[in-house]
Amino acid sequence: MASAQVDLGFVDSVALSADFNAWACMNCGVCSASCPMGIDLLPRQLFRHVVLGLRAEVVQQADVIFQCLLCKACEQNCPAGVHIAENVRSLRGYLDREVFGLDRRYRVGASRPTKEGQHAAAHG
Amino acid sequence: MPLPTGDIVGLMVDNLERRSSVFPMSARKATRWARGLGIPDGGETVLYTGAMYQLLPSITAMVRLLERVEDSFLSRFVFLGRWANKVVNLSALAAHPSRADVAHYAGVLRRIARLLQQAGIPFGYLYGDDMYAGALAYDSGVDGGFATHARRVQAMLQRRGVRKLITVDPHTTNMLRSVYPEVLDGWDLEVKSYLEVLAAAGADPLQTVRRDVVIHDSCVYARYEGVIDEPRALLRDAGYRVNEPIFSREQTFCCGGPIEALFPSRAKEIGRRRLEQLQAAGGEGVVTMCPICLAALRTAAEGAIPVEDISLFLAEAYCPASPPRKGAGMPASVATDVG
Repeated sequence: MASAQVDLGFVDSVALSADFNAWACMNCGVCSASCPMGIDLLPRQLFRHVVLGLRAEVVQQADVIFQCLLCKACEQNCPAGVHIAENVRSLRGYLDREVFGLDRRYRVGASRPTKEGQHAAAHG
Repeated sequence: MPLPTGDIVGLMVDNLERRSSVFPMSARKATRWARGLGIPDGGETVLYTGAMYQLLPSITAMVRLLERVEDSFLSRFVFLGRWANKVVNLSALAAHPSRADVAHYAGVLRRIARLLQQAGIPFGYLYGDDMYAGALAYDSGVDGGFATHARRVQAMLQRRGVRKLITVDPHTTNMLRSVYPEVLDGWDLEVKSYLEVLAAAGADPLQTVRRDVVIHDSCVYARYEGVIDEPRALLRDAGYRVNEPIFSREQTFCCGGPIEALFPSRAKEIGRRRLEQLQAAGGEGVVTMCPICLAALRTAAEGAIPVEDISLFLAEAYCPASPPRKGAGMPASVATDVG
């Protein structure tokens, strides 16, 4: 971790959803204890990486991010009200756009579809 | 070598964009289940399947294919399949669902329609317009492609004059009831699962079934949509004793199915763990209420215990027994299945 690169814009690139709230995580570990997949990394460590701007650490874990079942067993028991499933979906969206080259019209700064069916610049 | 996540998700996204479904199938195949049931075409209230039960046999066949590719050198060449699929519907050509699976899942839909008819609920069906709702794209984080597809579904429903949707599976229910209102402007359709509709109608069983069953809650019904008491009430009113596994209701345990296209081996491990929990609770059969759970737990059970859709258990009590249909265009096993 000593040579970790910090990407200050990383969290904004991930948090396109208004419900994204990785910063609410207090790292208690209830999520890891209740995960049927036994994924220890998600969401505690991974969300911390996002908030700290550690892009490379997150991208390295693409498989783990897509292994989440979105079953919400963790979210059901989270004492901090973290929107874990939506946060994981946001991470997937980031990987789709920035790593896999999918859905690129939805990138930060790009014109993206809005609820009204029109187009607006994401995040101003 | 694990399966390439980007290429598999990309294949689904390409299909949704070009063919309006993550796993395209012809309208003839998708609507064959409804033959002979006399369901009117369209109307203000429609039974909306979202093609999930129809797609499952093909998805199961594709997963079997991917299982053979996973951890082999062939996984490096999945990207070639994705590019070819842009031109030819490769996903449909590569996976050959078993006739038994196709008949089994069609039987679920036929029973659901008959349960509603028996309860006196008026409804139509959109036949060739009964579109996939986009759950897999949404869950994969493909928000742009999903929003575009959702607008297509909305435009079709407006054109057909639909006001109320009766859904048959938790994923389509969640998309149409909770996600579409967040994504679409002017989405004001009423969306209810057929289990909620039947429970609210106070459907009366025609015969009592004295049998122990164990219930498996779908994560999406229980934790996303709060559909927990309705299936239990319908089963208990029919006479079933409903056993609860260690993880149940809001604390239900996933079947593993949601990741089977990307991580088939891990999905199977989760399915086996869930089946052990269900077997430990006792009961002559496992009750599921989601096509993904049904497929995952049937695979895990390998015939050791019957795993069936809740519609089968309900039809035994709420529908009159009838002889196998003739000339309805369905395989005999389905006709028997729905009887």
